[in-house]
Amino acid sequence: MLDSILFYFFAGVAVLSAALMVTRRNAMHCAVFLITTLLATAGIFLQLRAEFLFIAQIILYVGGIMVLFIFVIMLVRLDVPIHQMRFRLQKWVAVFVALALGFEITTILLFARKLPGQGLFIQESFPADKLPPNSEALAQSLFSGYLLPFEIASVLLLVAMVGAVVMAKKKERTDES
Amino acid sequence: MMSPAHYLFLSLALFLIGCIGVVTRRNVIVILMSIELILNAVNINLVLFSRIFGDAAGQVFALFIIADAAAEAAIGLGIIVAFFRNRETVLADEMDLLKW
Repeated sequence: MLDSILFYFFAGVAVLSAALMVTRRNAMHCAVFLITTLLATAGIFLQLRAEFLFIAQIILYVGGIMVLFIFVIMLVRLDVPIHQMRFRLQKWVAVFVALALGFEITTILLFARKLPGQGLFIQESFPADKLPPNSEALAQSLFSGYLLPFEIASVLLLVAMVGAVVMAKKKERTDES
Repeated sequence: MMSPAHYLFLSLALFLIGCIGVVTRRNVIVILMSIELILNAVNINLVLFSRIFGDAAGQVFALFIIADAAAEAAIGLGIIVAFFRNRETVLADEMDLLKW
């Protein structure tokens, strides 16, 4: 009972603020609504017993990435009046295509119920009291089986950092060269 | 815990909203934010299946996706700042330097 109340609360907040994020005109409002969505998703993670990802989501996404976004929104002048969309049909085409895609995936998910075996609606999940401690299991998996991707991710982050610095740097006058 | 289908439909809804945002918005910063939303929707799926099967691998992949999102945001925002310095705009349909 408590589970379903929590789920519907977090899911409702996530979907509602995601929809608001896509429709608001002011970019700063978009960023704030995206933060709300990310926090609600963090709640969903907590409900799924992924405590480490719950913390990582809040610290990395909300505390890191979104601060970066907000900094750039404040750096870049956005007060140019964004006039009406020139190609108004685009919005309806996008909504139609998204609805078609959603209908397709929904059909597949509903069809999966009719297949033999456990469907997605009644699938028994792993018993909660037998789950290993979350951070421990995650670390075991990360540092044994996925060590190479982990190292590659660190190289990726280094490359991204250098690239971001190089790209955002002011062009120097190349007089002496 | 709710049935897996609930989480799948939540993830589907967030994914579709993100897609609509990518296609319809003109501000490049908001397009990048919509991409973050899509990545986040995928993370819900990974964590869900990690929970169902009691295996931490899904959460490892979700962690990698978060790292990727951070790298992508840093690079993308760097490009936006550099572009704004040259062209004084962040609207996607005025970014037509290669359109010849």
